Amino acid sequence: MSAKLTAESLYEMLKKIQEPRGFFFNKDMEITMPLLESLLINKEEYGYMACPCRLPNGEFEKDRDIVCPCEYRDPDMEEFGVCYCGLYVTAEYNQEDHDEVAIPERRPPEKILG
Amino acid sequence: MANDCTLYALSTCIHCRRMKVFLEDNEVDFDNIFVDKLRGDERKDIIDKIRNYNPKLSFPTLVVNGGQCIIVGFHKDQIEEALDL
Repeated sequence: MSAKLTAESLYEMLKKIQEPRGFFFNKDMEITMPLLESLLINKEEYGYMACPCRLPNGEFEKDRDIVCPCEYRDPDMEEFGVCYCGLYVTAEYNQEDHDEVAIPERRPPEKILG
Repeated sequence: MANDCTLYALSTCIHCRRMKVFLEDNEVDFDNIFVDKLRGDERKDIIDKIRNYNPKLSFPTLVVNGGQCIIVGFHKDQIEEALDL
């Protein structure tokens, strides 16, 4: 990550990579942008982009499954059309308006250490 | 509001933030704990405590009246019902 990344530059950079593969950013920018900012905060804090809506263990090896895009994105998008934190959505999901994002947590709790 | 509420949240989670604002807008009296900001024993104790209420250890978790009602995730309808807003 060369120059100081901002949420906006991260948005542009990831959009080019993810959208062609069917992963769209939530059209609700009041969800997407704060989440991208939080990814940068976690990158600063832990050294990797831990999911903003999960409690990181603080070590990459122990948080590999929740480094964004997390391991649970595909099954969550398949089932709910949106990933756990609401950042990535399907094209169909973005065609409708949605209330709050609150899908069940797929990460096994035993992965969260004391 | 008579209920005593505790919101276990993450400072980086937008849904926790929106839930916190919702509670504040509805003048709910609650303690807000950013679990990701805690370290050491304090963090261990809080995690153990949350596990009792929400074994999935997910956030936000709202505990109403010491556990009489537990709301996992920002569900406005459940909050309105639990706190009769």
